[in-house]
Amino acid sequence: MFGIMAISFSDIGVALTLAAIGGGLVWLTIRSVKGREVPRRLIFAFVFVAVSLPVLFPITFKERMTPTVKAVFDKIESLPPGSRVLMSFDFDPAMAPEVQPMADAYMRHCLSKGHRVVFMSLWATGQALMTTSLDRVVRREFSQKVNGVDYAVIGYKAGNEGVLNVIVTDIRKMFPTDVNTVPLDSLPIFDGVRSCKDFDLVLTTGGGYPGAKEWVLFVGDPGNVPIASGVAAVTAPLLYPYYPRQILGILGGIKGAAEYEHELVNRYPQFADTPAPGLRMMGPQTLAHLVIMAFIIIGNITYFRSRKKEPV
Amino acid sequence: MKRTVPLFITFFVGTLLIVSVFLPPVQSMGENFTLFFDIIAVFAFFLGGGNLVRIHLDKVSRRKKDWGYSLVTLFGFFLVLASGLFKIGNAGGIAASVTASGSWFQTIFERVMNPLSSTMYALLAFYVASASYRAFRAKNREATILLIAAFVILLGRTPFGTMITAWIPDSLSALQVPNMAIWIMSSPNLAGQRAIMIGIGLGVVSMSLRVLLGIERTYLGEDKG
Repeated sequence: MFGIMAISFSDIGVALTLAAIGGGLVWLTIRSVKGREVPRRLIFAFVFVAVSLPVLFPITFKERMTPTVKAVFDKIESLPPGSRVLMSFDFDPAMAPEVQPMADAYMRHCLSKGHRVVFMSLWATGQALMTTSLDRVVRREFSQKVNGVDYAVIGYKAGNEGVLNVIVTDIRKMFPTDVNTVPLDSLPIFDGVRSCKDFDLVLTTGGGYPGAKEWVLFVGDPGNVPIASGVAAVTAPLLYPYYPRQILGILGGIKGAAEYEHELVNRYPQFADTPAPGLRMMGPQTLAHLVIMAFIIIGNITYFRSRKKEPV
Repeated sequence: MKRTVPLFITFFVGTLLIVSVFLPPVQSMGENFTLFFDIIAVFAFFLGGGNLVRIHLDKVSRRKKDWGYSLVTLFGFFLVLASGLFKIGNAGGIAASVTASGSWFQTIFERVMNPLSSTMYALLAFYVASASYRAFRAKNREATILLIAAFVILLGRTPFGTMITAWIPDSLSALQVPNMAIWIMSSPNLAGQRAIMIGIGLGVVSMSLRVLLGIERTYLGEDKG
């Protein structure tokens, strides 16, 4: 009964959202035909409504993996259980809403496939965000996994690409211990691991400097290590020159995260009830994109109207 | 002397790092120099922190405009520094990571830093919408191409793009909006990005050579002749 009520409330919310935005845009279009500019505050108000109402009344869509996302998913799928994956959290709270859903999805996928994952960060803020993800995913959903055996946290190290330049040949030079000052030599997960070259895959999540590009330049290329990345939407276009040879796959922004989450739930039904922030945020993103596009059209109508009025 | 020594250090370290890439016997020396960079980065943190405290203490002591904000900055700085440095309220004690779940440091990060940073970044959406309204106008041919590309990318990054072109048969799948968005990213964008990157690369090489050979000296500070 509650489920039915929740659905109808959500539907009403969605209908109200679309009616409010659609009606408002029609009104603005009529205004623009008369050659009147839209005040900036009105644009802000529309974006606010377009983003906030889908948060209150969730709208979800079905996603289909694009080739760049599929390449990452298939790579993790194809690795035999027990493979070693190095995962780097190179982002800050500003990027976290876009990038952390990818990091969580990577974690779920790798651990459910039985891969052994080492977590690190090149950003000072990355370690704290890593702790959040570890609490949310590893310690809650994979409580049977053992720290030091199935996964390890070596944390943050200052030095940007300098860190990468060293760990590509000797990881213990930069990270002699894990975050809890336990020597790497005493952790079974590091048996036989000397450098990044001993990992089967590097997953970078981020969107700034240092990030996926530095991983390619200092680890992927010199060490011949496969690299896949999940980045903020603004960074994704900058990585295409490295795709698909140097970066085997790219998750770009919330859309990338949503595609990955959708496929993960499809293939692993045990994750059906786990939070999927990427899928949830596609509603606000879709409406925001549509509103921006509508404003571009309205802006052009106003522009051509005003040009007609100008004396030749 | 004040200039010769830094110039010599720059030349020596720079040359060694280049040579270490090509000669395996000196590879470890290159790594050691990179480790020194790690140590220097730690000093940079001290300098940065010291500078922040000096500037804001000065502002507070002189009661300059908005000195109240400086007081908040100093309070936040020392609170986070103390909780991180002395691991105050750390569930796992002194041996555990400073970011151990439940520690004061982690709690401050999650409850203060995280929402504030996310809020600042989220404000971009408002400015992007306003800027798009004003900037994407079909004033000439180039602007029109940019406008069309922006439209395809915006649509392609939403499920709406898939929905409206789902009726197009697979034989013409290149005309589906998501595929058009992918084409824009992987062809024109790729070409442009590569051209820019090659240009930047050449610039970096020439600037690095100027620094190593001592021709470019602006990094040493103001030249008073």
